[in-house]
Parts: sequence; structure tokens; C-alpha cells
Amino acid sequence: MERREELFGHKAFDLDKKEKREYYGDILQQLCVRHYEGCAEYKNLMDFMSFDISKKHEIEDYPFIPVRMFKEMELCSVPRNQVVKTMTSSGTTGQQVSKIFLDKTTSVNQSKVLMKITTDMLGGQRFPMLVIDSKNVIKDRKMFSARGAGILGFSMLGRDTTYALDENMRLDVEGVKAFLQRHKDETILLFGFTFIIWEHFYKVLKASEEKLDMSNGILLHGGGFKKLIEEAVDNDTYKERLNQVCGINRVCNYYGMVEQTGSIYMECECGRLHTSNYSDIIIRDPKDFSVCPIGRQGLIQLISVLPDSYPGYSILSEDIGELIGEDDCPCGRYGKTFKIIGRIKKAEVRGCSDTYEKR
Amino acid sequence: MTNLEKYKMAFVKGLELEIDFVKSGLAYSEIENWDSVAHMNLVAEIEETFDIMLDTEDIIDFSSYDKGIEILSKYDIVIE
Repeated sequence: MERREELFGHKAFDLDKKEKREYYGDILQQLCVRHYEGCAEYKNLMDFMSFDISKKHEIEDYPFIPVRMFKEMELCSVPRNQVVKTMTSSGTTGQQVSKIFLDKTTSVNQSKVLMKITTDMLGGQRFPMLVIDSKNVIKDRKMFSARGAGILGFSMLGRDTTYALDENMRLDVEGVKAFLQRHKDETILLFGFTFIIWEHFYKVLKASEEKLDMSNGILLHGGGFKKLIEEAVDNDTYKERLNQVCGINRVCNYYGMVEQTGSIYMECECGRLHTSNYSDIIIRDPKDFSVCPIGRQGLIQLISVLPDSYPGYSILSEDIGELIGEDDCPCGRYGKTFKIIGRIKKAEVRGCSDTYEKR
Repeated sequence: MTNLEKYKMAFVKGLELEIDFVKSGLAYSEIENWDSVAHMNLVAEIEETFDIMLDTEDIIDFSSYDKGIEILSKYDIVIE
């Protein structure tokens, strides 16, 4: 994977679309062959679709596998004794969870890329870090939930990592105050999951008399707004409300999936989610899976150059999004920019999975 | 304590290992005790012991007992 190593030598957002396409031409072919040879289920799929793995294809032409396949099957491209970590999705409404198998290379590359993306967006130094979650989430060390993996991954970017919630998910106000006191003249990093921050941090602070001053903080959150839709909370409302309870000025959302940990899509200063050099996004029409142009809504296909140990380099999510532009964000970073609209309705998802199985 | 003893103690505490296991050749993810959770504990122990702050890149590169010695030399800490 020499070409991928070259890519790691770049900064996270410095390739324009032409340069990126050249890299991806080589890397995606290598990944496709790797998983074809390593994963029997993937091979069957490629053969079934008559996909020619011997030649280079355009990014848009590589097959994508629906994200739910990771829930229905155990997909692994390396011998099981090379698996150092297994991650699972949080699985919201009693659904089956995804199982993602990581070997050492994939796991290390995930950390590397996460670091490159985050330091480009937030700055290079390690900030004192307050995790808005309970330490219990990382208790089981063999099996990581998406939550645990996220916390651990990001904790490399922090120092004096402190957990704001106790084992019963109650806000430890005294602990948080002590943390703020220790770092009162520094930039602090707050990290957590969108919904958990809302339920166990925002609502608790709003209901109480406590006034916390976090004006020197950056809040980084991910996991999606789907549980907040009922309360009509979108990204802008979220920022505004959090500012009201703790004075925080910089709130930064990220989009990512446990199936592609590491190569996350972070929100820049202009409020747009960005693809980095290590990932790409293609918006597809849910009816025929054709590629949607900028400004048209469709299903989000995610591409990542990282997965070696499981065939997840190109997956189709159940999220609906829309491209804003490419290589033209006012923040100066290259790559595609996009926004998330929501989640596809249940019936439609099933339809798309059926189509896939019948092909 | 010499720097070498301090370095070994950081592994003992951070990874919850017997001192006899802490030696050249010890590497991340090759023993059960050194997983990603323990890794951050090890980093905290190293930082506290030598009063330094590692760059994020060095935290990721700190993949073995030997690599750690090499990394610490960048922070003017000689382990011998």
C-alpha cells in the first residue's frame, strides 16, 4: 500500500479533486483486490456483480455494500488471529449491531488519520479534555461499542482526560468544576456524543442553577441528530442552546460511522462537513443509485482508504445528505463539503436492501 | 531511581504488568495488558514520571518498549 503511505505523508485537506482521483484510482483497486482475496463473502458479491477486479475503475464505479450487511454477517478479510479489536455499533432501536474486525494496521491507521483530521481542524496541541460520558463505556476492553471506540480514539488528542458523568450517567458537577478550575486559562476540549450531551449535560444544566463558564472550550460531538428530531433540534439550535447554558463558543460536529472509524468528516469554521484526503462521499439517488450532482439530496455513500481487515472501504449508509461544493469552501480546505439531511425512512431502506439481494 | 527504572515502573503501573515482563521486545497489542485503554494509561504514567507532554503523533508511534526509548530521546530523556 505504498500509495496510501504517500497519502499519509500529506496534510489532511491539501489534495484537489484531480490529485485525489489519481490516488484513489490506485488505492481503491488495491483495497478491492485485497478484500476479494481475503473475504469469501466479498468475493461472492463481486463475482455475482461481475465486477472486474483486475483493472482500475473510477471512484464512482466501485461497488458499495449496504451498511446493514455488517449487521447481518461477520465480514472479515484477515485470519481471525490477526484481529486485535472488535468494534460494534451502538444499535439504536433494538436492531442488530454491526461487528467490525480490526487488525493492527487498520487500528493504527485509524488513529493516525483521526489525529491528522482533528489537528487540522482544531489545532495541533493536546487540550485538557472533558469527556461528556461515563467511564463505564470503556470497561469491556475486548469489545468496543462505537461510543467507547470514539472516546478512546479522541482521548489521544487530549490530556488530563476527565469524565463528566458518573457510572449512573449523572453529571458530576463538582468534578467538572474542579476540571475547569485546573485549566481556567487554557483552551479545553469537550468531547461526547450528540444525544448524550443533550440529555445528560445540556438538559441537566438548563434545569439547574449551575453556571459553568466554558467560554474557552471547543465542543466536539458526533453520532447524529436523529434522536433530537422530535425536539426539533438541528445543528444551529444545538450550538445556540449549548452556548446559553455554558457559554461555549465553538461547537464542532462530525459525521462518521463505526464501519469507517478514523476517517471522519468534520465541520469546519464555516459550518460545513468536509471530506479529507482519506475519505470521499458520493450522493446517490435512492431510486436508481445514480450519482447526484451538487445540491441534490440522496443516500450517502462513504469511501475510506483505511479498512484493510474488513471489506468496508465503500459502503452505502441509510443517511440522506446533499453536497454543497468541492474544493471551494471559504475555509480554504480542499475536498467535498456536504450536509446531512436525515435518515431514510424504514420502508425505503428495506427496498434498497431487497434490490441488492435480488441482483 | 535511574531513568531506566522509572521507565520500567511506568509500564508496570500503566499496563498493570509484572516487572519481569517489562523488557525489550514488549509491544503494543501483542500482550493482552497493552491494549488501547492501557495505552493511554501508559502515556499518562510516562508523562507524569518524566514531566513532559508527548505530541499526539508520538503517542501513536509509541508502539513498543524500544520505540518508547527512541521517542523519549526526542524529549531529552535518556534511558540507559
